[in-house]
Amino acid sequence: MKSVFAAIGLCAVALTFVSGMALAAGDVNLYSYRQPFLIKPMLAQFTKQSGIEVNVVYAKKGMLERIKAEGENTPADAVLTTDVGRLSDMVDAGVLASVKSAKLEAAVAPQYRHPDGLWFALTTRARILFASKERVKPGEVTSYEDLADPKMKGRICIRSGKHLYNISLLASMIAHKGEAQAEKWLRGVKANLARRPQGNDRAQARAVYEGVCDIAIGNNYYMGKMETNEKKPEQKKWAASVNVVFPNQGDRGTHVNISGAAVLKYSKNKENAVKLLEFLVSDSAQKIYAEQNFEYPVKAGVPISPVVKAWGSFKADNINLALVAKHRAQAAKMVDRVGFDQ
Amino acid sequence: MALTSKNPNKNPRKNQSGRLKNASSRLLRAGVSVRLVGTTIARFGKYFYRQLDGWTLIALLIALLVAVPLVTVLWLALSPSGDIWSHLASTVLPHYIWTTLLLMLGVGIGVSVIGTGTAWLTTTYRFPGVKIFEWALLLPLAVPAYIIAYIYTDLLEYAGPLQGALRDVMGWKSARDYWFPEIRSLGGAIIMMVLTLYPYVYLLARSSFLEQSTAVLEAGRVLGRGPWRSFIELALPLARPAIVVGVSLALMETLNDFGTVDFFAVQTFTAGIYDVWLNMNNIAGAAQLAVVLMAFVFALIAVERLARKGRRFDSVTGRTGSHRQQLSGWQGFAAVAICLLPVLLGFVLPALVLLDHAINFYEISFEAGFLTHAWNSLLLSSIVALVSVALGLLLAYGVRLSGTNVMKSASRLASIGYAVPGSVLAVGILIPLSSLDHGLDAMSKDLFGIGTGLLFSGTMFALIYGYTTRFMALSHGSVEAGLARITPNMEGAARSLGATRGQTLRRIHLPLLRGSLLTAALIVFVDSMKELPMTMLLRPFNFGTLATHAHQFASDELFEEAALGSLAIVLAGIIPVILLSRAIAGRGKGSQS
Repeated sequence: MKSVFAAIGLCAVALTFVSGMALAAGDVNLYSYRQPFLIKPMLAQFTKQSGIEVNVVYAKKGMLERIKAEGENTPADAVLTTDVGRLSDMVDAGVLASVKSAKLEAAVAPQYRHPDGLWFALTTRARILFASKERVKPGEVTSYEDLADPKMKGRICIRSGKHLYNISLLASMIAHKGEAQAEKWLRGVKANLARRPQGNDRAQARAVYEGVCDIAIGNNYYMGKMETNEKKPEQKKWAASVNVVFPNQGDRGTHVNISGAAVLKYSKNKENAVKLLEFLVSDSAQKIYAEQNFEYPVKAGVPISPVVKAWGSFKADNINLALVAKHRAQAAKMVDRVGFDQ
Repeated sequence: MALTSKNPNKNPRKNQSGRLKNASSRLLRAGVSVRLVGTTIARFGKYFYRQLDGWTLIALLIALLVAVPLVTVLWLALSPSGDIWSHLASTVLPHYIWTTLLLMLGVGIGVSVIGTGTAWLTTTYRFPGVKIFEWALLLPLAVPAYIIAYIYTDLLEYAGPLQGALRDVMGWKSARDYWFPEIRSLGGAIIMMVLTLYPYVYLLARSSFLEQSTAVLEAGRVLGRGPWRSFIELALPLARPAIVVGVSLALMETLNDFGTVDFFAVQTFTAGIYDVWLNMNNIAGAAQLAVVLMAFVFALIAVERLARKGRRFDSVTGRTGSHRQQLSGWQGFAAVAICLLPVLLGFVLPALVLLDHAINFYEISFEAGFLTHAWNSLLLSSIVALVSVALGLLLAYGVRLSGTNVMKSASRLASIGYAVPGSVLAVGILIPLSSLDHGLDAMSKDLFGIGTGLLFSGTMFALIYGYTTRFMALSHGSVEAGLARITPNMEGAARSLGATRGQTLRRIHLPLLRGSLLTAALIVFVDSMKELPMTMLLRPFNFGTLATHAHQFASDELFEEAALGSLAIVLAGIIPVILLSRAIAGRGKGSQS
């Protein structure tokens, strides 16, 4: 028994130090909310161009707690994330560094970066409507507000109201119209649902295809991924059964969220971390985002994917995203009050 | 055999305690000289001292180490959480509680019936294929519940092959023409969890049935009990501690599940914890919810213990392995059907679907890192299985020796963390580990002028520690259930023959516990292979496991690409399952002669 313990102890210690040594000085250490298989091509290109290695921890729930707990000793230099809410939580927690970079400021429009350079958006994604080609007449639904109209009763599909994407949409509604109006809208949508909120964004398009409902809410890049899915041709059918509708083109514009990056306050390697961020807004990296993931590049002038282009251009809601993020907790509570998911 | 009688001599070890105290302890007792501090304190001191021998200390230390994340969660819960409770109470809390209770009830009944029923069939009867069922019934344990949820949603939803075929045959045109049960529902979640969690009960009930003395069942038969009545009146009550452990493990896993309930949009308490934490950015509120959850689970276990207080479940003889009765005709057919169904639905069908996806999406999912991920998973799970079983054994044995209720409660409290969602528990590891690191760093800076940075955080050590605390309920639970079946008279005899406690453990308990220890190692191994939330948060840079590999795809709605990783997890689980089952069955046979 003793030797077993000794062996285990030795292994643990050895592994501890081996994994500690793997991080060489000069590397950029990245905490990423984005999946490794998505960011790998970009990081590989960065390393090829700059000679700087990038080490990654892909994590989701609790990453902010990890950064906070590690404090000044954190090995991480930068974070990569989706959703402005996560970025603003990090701002509030005081873990981000202010970055001044002419390249970043030139590439990213002011509404898509923090005023003090605490974070920068890399891509934008629009929360659009998937409207049945057969059952929704063009022009019948043109705004998020239309979804709450009683004439849409039993015709709408959506994923859980508690999902990040829907929380963000609702928070933008609160920011624009105030809490009372937003709640009225949410109750209206709830009353129009064809089924209890469930599944993911693609599942909503599928439900329209199956005739469960006529109109669904989803992020634009899922539409692109379905349209081009050679391995799963049934998804092409789901996509083919719907029209893309960019809501609120007549007024404030379609709600967009971002994926973004930030440098950490206690980064030991800020210079290289900033280089990584600058690379991520460079033409070549932005092109990978656009072509591979069907997101909108944040840098003007980078061509969007032809698939995305075919849906037409649209007006994005230009509200300050940090403001939207402030209403997130309110939005989550509103979903509870309305009993949206029940 | 004392089944329901009160045990007049609750702690036979006390008889020998005086004789067996060694010289050093006598010296220490004199040295402490508690008599000086008044009789009350002296009595307390004596009492406390008596408990505080080496074994108790080890048990205490392990319990403390395992309790670290729980204490952290408690500490987080102490911060103010604003109006979160009044908000929850006036909106979704009743719904969360009601849904969670229904889920627990459904899963509890399901796993008890399937687990105990199949365990009884495979231990007492002979029917076609029983040798295969003995181990095959364990296989669903290796399939993560959320994976099975994806698979059945694909098969059973509107566009799935089943409903499609029904529409073709019946001539239905749309969803409005007919009724079909909704898979994404509370009922669906219950079925998914029962299918993957019943093996806990099967495993523990089976090893209990195998260890039951033949004499009891034979006596039952002599007294005219038919097979059904001996099951209900003798075997089942005797196996109760084991079944309870199995069911409570299944229920704790039900409570900590997020993947399945999230996918099915079933709003459980755990979904609420994540919502408060991540959407409302209120970790104190989330920790408070987690504490309530733990208190509830603890109360549940305490009530069950209270209900069988004073009963003993050990058997005097070690003679086991009764003559198995042959089932033939429709009875044999029914037995086969009962055993086949859970294996088919919980393992064969999902594994085939995964295999199909894995082959079709091979180029995408089999990337350079895949084999490294597989190696990481195997290494980590093996280490954790060893460590957990060793610690679980020491904890359970130490508690047994100390014989106090305080220690018993402390050990159970330590393993209650299994009911808490893994990410929350992971934060409970993060915070103390990095505090330790910061302390060492500051000390090193003072002494040598160089900081050490983070020594433990974000390393394999952190992962092993995290896993071990998370899965302590599994190892401690099954070892404790095994220990409960060993009569204290056995160690009393060993001790009066001059064996030390360590020798008694090694020479008496270890051989008798072999099955329980293997069981514990297996379930910890399989669960470690599936572990996701802790791995995600605590891992080092560039480190992945099969579970994280599958998750990166699944979280991007790419279920088919996730299949290879999931299949590898499932396959890795099969080997220990077969080995274990052989070991358990071999033991039953061995003692027959």
